[in-house]
Amino acid sequence: MDFIDYYKILGINKSASESDIKKAYRKMARKHHPDVNPDDKEAERKFKEANEANEVLSDPEKRKKYDKYGKDWKHADQFDQAGQQGQYRQSSSGAEGFGRSGNYGGDDFSDFFGSMFGGGGRSRGRSTQFKGQDFNAELQLNLEDVYTTHKRTLTVNGKNIRLTIAAGVENGQTIKIKGYGGDGMNGGPKGDLLITFNISAHGKFQRDGNNLYATVDLDLYKAMLGGDILVDTFDSQVKLKIKPETQNGTKVRLKGKGFPIYKEDGKFGDLYITYTIKNPSELTSKEKELFEELAKLRS
Amino acid sequence: MSEAREYIPVIQLCNHYKVEITLFNEMQNIGLIEITTYKEQLCIPEERLGDLEKMIRIHRDLQVNLEGIDVVFNLLQKVDELKNELNIYKNKLRLKEGL
Repeated sequence: MDFIDYYKILGINKSASESDIKKAYRKMARKHHPDVNPDDKEAERKFKEANEANEVLSDPEKRKKYDKYGKDWKHADQFDQAGQQGQYRQSSSGAEGFGRSGNYGGDDFSDFFGSMFGGGGRSRGRSTQFKGQDFNAELQLNLEDVYTTHKRTLTVNGKNIRLTIAAGVENGQTIKIKGYGGDGMNGGPKGDLLITFNISAHGKFQRDGNNLYATVDLDLYKAMLGGDILVDTFDSQVKLKIKPETQNGTKVRLKGKGFPIYKEDGKFGDLYITYTIKNPSELTSKEKELFEELAKLRS
Repeated sequence: MSEAREYIPVIQLCNHYKVEITLFNEMQNIGLIEITTYKEQLCIPEERLGDLEKMIRIHRDLQVNLEGIDVVFNLLQKVDELKNELNIYKNKLRLKEGL
């Protein structure tokens, strides 16, 4: 475990008074408290660091040990005892001295962070309840998946969670499932599970909110003379009337044929169709002749 | 059964969070929470419990007064709205780039 400079974390110097420590801690807490920085991992980390620094520096006994032994302050008693018995300095049997590389601590901040965020570590002094850590998860879906309301079972941290995904959920939208995060501390509530939906693009339909967009090819003759065509909607087909002399890029709106509106049962956005006129190719001599005739009529 | 779970008596919340009832009254006066009477008891709707807990934590941990909590909540709401708006624009941009 690397040395953690608690003074540096709180932005104070070694001669800071108790009130300086309190003031510095409160300033850090106001800035990085998880409740005012939702979904911000960096702020959460800094808040935990500030808590640990405060727990040590605001306690005169612990601060004294920390100042004397630095990162090994938690084993100060063992140091003192070993020093008194003359064993520490004489150790030459290959065993490391206390605090050199002996694995006493584990991960950085683990003891205190455990106490702040529900890891079951020791907690002294303050009896403030802390909500457990929020867990974040991402769910990859395609557009068809979110066209209808459906249920899905997710496994998060070994727990199966039955989730109802409402039709019309947006790409990037995050839903909160209360109480499925980390355990709280001192009887505090459990954290929440935040699921962000990542919806992949569809090959045929583009989605913008509740509306869908698609392009439909029209042959030149139908565009010029008009007629009926069958057009795919997201879940079926509709017959559309093409007006004579329809131009390339013409848009039509099919009301209520778009995407379901989130949490508004039975309501849908619109489908916008853009016509792309396809010119004939590989003309026969007869066709060419007729086009030339048409061209003459226009000139 | 579901009715009983929809409201939580204020007195129970006071005991649980170890706060005085006056704090709830002040929160109501400032418009942070809405206390309703249910079965002759002052209650908080269950769906507001998450916000209430957050308010108590901000008040206790950060020594923010109730007016300050109101400001914090309003700003957090704006952040949330802006995040949603940003998400909508990101999706629009993705649509335009895809076309």
